[in-house]
Amino acid sequence: MSDHEGEFDKATGKTTTGHSWDGIKELNTPLPRWWVMTFYLTIVWAIGYWVVYPTWPMIWGHSKGVAGYSSRADVAVDLANLEKIRGGKMAVLGAAPLAEIEKDPALLALGRARGRVVFGDNCAPCHGTGAAGAKGFPNLNDDDWLWGGTLEQIEKTIQFGARSAHAESHEGAMLAFGRDGMLKKPEIETVANYVRSLSRLPTAKGYDANIGQKLFADNCASCHGDAGKGNPDIGAPNLTDNIWLYGSDEATIVETITNGRSGVMPAWIGRLDLATIKALTVYVHSLGGGQ
Amino acid sequence: MNKPVAPEEFDYGPLYAAQKKVFPQKVSGRYRNVKWALMAVCLGIYYLLPFVRWNRGPGAPDQAVLVDLPNSRFYFFFIELWPQEVYFFTGLLILAALTLFLMNAVGGRVWCGYLCPQTVWTDLFFAVERLIEGDRRERMKKEAEGLTLQRFVELTMKHSIWLLIAWWTGGAWVLYFNDAPTLVRELVTFQAPTLAYIWIAILTATTYTLAGWMREQVCLYMCPWPRIQAALTDEWALNVTYKTDRGEQRTSLKKAAELRALGQPAGDCIDCHQCVNVCPVGIDIRNGLQMDCIQCGLCIDACDGVMTRIGRPTRLIGYDTDINIARRKAGKPEITRIIRPRTIVYTGLIAVVGAVMLYALLNRSLLDINVLHDRNPVAVRLSDGSIRNAYTVRLLNKRGAGRVVTLDVNGPVNATVHVVGMDAVSSGRPEIVLGRDQTTELRVLVTAPAAGNSEKSLPLVMRVTDAVHGDMASATDHFVAP
Repeated sequence: MSDHEGEFDKATGKTTTGHSWDGIKELNTPLPRWWVMTFYLTIVWAIGYWVVYPTWPMIWGHSKGVAGYSSRADVAVDLANLEKIRGGKMAVLGAAPLAEIEKDPALLALGRARGRVVFGDNCAPCHGTGAAGAKGFPNLNDDDWLWGGTLEQIEKTIQFGARSAHAESHEGAMLAFGRDGMLKKPEIETVANYVRSLSRLPTAKGYDANIGQKLFADNCASCHGDAGKGNPDIGAPNLTDNIWLYGSDEATIVETITNGRSGVMPAWIGRLDLATIKALTVYVHSLGGGQ
Repeated sequence: MNKPVAPEEFDYGPLYAAQKKVFPQKVSGRYRNVKWALMAVCLGIYYLLPFVRWNRGPGAPDQAVLVDLPNSRFYFFFIELWPQEVYFFTGLLILAALTLFLMNAVGGRVWCGYLCPQTVWTDLFFAVERLIEGDRRERMKKEAEGLTLQRFVELTMKHSIWLLIAWWTGGAWVLYFNDAPTLVRELVTFQAPTLAYIWIAILTATTYTLAGWMREQVCLYMCPWPRIQAALTDEWALNVTYKTDRGEQRTSLKKAAELRALGQPAGDCIDCHQCVNVCPVGIDIRNGLQMDCIQCGLCIDACDGVMTRIGRPTRLIGYDTDINIARRKAGKPEITRIIRPRTIVYTGLIAVVGAVMLYALLNRSLLDINVLHDRNPVAVRLSDGSIRNAYTVRLLNKRGAGRVVTLDVNGPVNATVHVVGMDAVSSGRPEIVLGRDQTTELRVLVTAPAAGNSEKSLPLVMRVTDAVHGDMASATDHFVAP
């Protein structure tokens, strides 16, 4: 450091600060005035901000600001607005009869759009995102329905569930014929082959169709019907079609007859409002299998 | 000043050059008049276009030029574009670039000098400045004298008018995005959407800053065109040129008269600096063609005025080429080639791109179909063993009126088609009602027996036909077995 007197620099036309390190001098290039003014302005602005908006953390809570602003209140207002916008349309959907919803393109689009979202949030864990189902969880795209596939039947199933805790739930279970000693193992194998024959699947060698038919009539027909066509009132599946909830191979059918089946669908009434359940019904029905 | 300087002696000075404020002097003449006229036309189009009406029938907006963002439509007189047709804008930009190249090949930076918004608005702001603060000398004097009460009043007035013009610029901008008369009413009564006010504020700020404060700095440092232009130009392009063959050696009027009386050559340039004084970018055109020059032609007007007064021929500065300067020096006649390979190629390209765009525009389909196969599940086995595939079908009706189309599905053998929400029809060809200017989404279920459709994936074609208007559109997809 030498003297603090600035000198004129010929090359740049500016003065130096007078500072010098090992002969290297520093040009005097102060911050631009606009920059400095902007900086002061931000300070002034910040003070105004403290006064108007919630700013300072206190020991308990924080300073509130004179404008009484709260981002939480903003969110609440936004949500209320959203509900208002949705409420108007969903109320129309909620009031419309199910059959009318499918006839009205606007309501159908709304029902499908809302239904798709609700399905993804609530139903997909069991039925899959595309409602293709899995072993023990029905595929909702096909035309085979345990509890009926009309709009009203689907709505009822969603509302009250199947074998759920709700009083109005669908009831009816496949008995555990083997475990509970009603049928012996060879009998179970015979009736399993008979059931396979109902849907034109090949049967095991040495299987006696007459014994199978008799065993079926004595034990199964009360629920599944004499011809094995099933009964949607008690959730007894049609045994003559191509769709098998658990599988159509002999071992699986033997397991079904031995231990019984009683898959549970929870009741959604109370968890979802009626209009939403209606939208869900329309969505599921429109997947393709609806009757 | 005129002595050539050897490069090693030249003082390049600092690498950073602070902006030198330019005080362009008032000038009148042919090019000034052309500039006034073009300014009036450009600003007129900009401010009035949103108010031009164009009848498109009931239910459609009647504004001739409208960017309808909420409904994602762009209207331009008889043209209506959907978002997926933005490639027309690409074509338009290609056309614009080629036109710029052609203008450049013919007359240099015609765009920069006369038509560029930066030039037009800066010119307007200069006019305001001159009106309030006076001409070049007065402005320079006032600037040097510092702030007095009168100057404070003048500055306030100038900036107020600038801001007002800038505000109007932003005000007109938002009118292109909404029904102009309605929006004007809403703006005046403070009921317009907040976004409109925000955009007006943004455009006000940019116009005020760019045309009021930055001016030639925009052309010099922000705009890429001067650099591209320099790479695109050739020796035949007519540029605003100081004719050195006539002007040099520049000397005083009196000295020139003496020299001529003695029968010796004398340059026409009397070094009066009028060309420099009127220049809006503050350069000396006599230094030759330079990147800073926007070629507005005002120096031509200034020099012509001087030449007329001293009784010498005009156009000492004019649209000329270096080729002509050399030819005149060699005593050969001038030569101007507007038609040459470069201009022919540009014109040809403009014609080709324009024709392709026009063809595409006139033959664009007003009916379109998009098909999306269900992904989960891809295929469904029904209880009777048959196979069902589901598709999301979007039908785009770009007509200004509703219509009825029939849907045909070809591919799987003995297939039946069902549109969700519609009753099954005996013919298997569902009729679908499409609203005007909108997209209709359908869920289409195609069911076919397993027999004859056992292949893992069959090609499938969906076709919509409007028999009344003769429109047809189709899309291909697949029919998949589980």
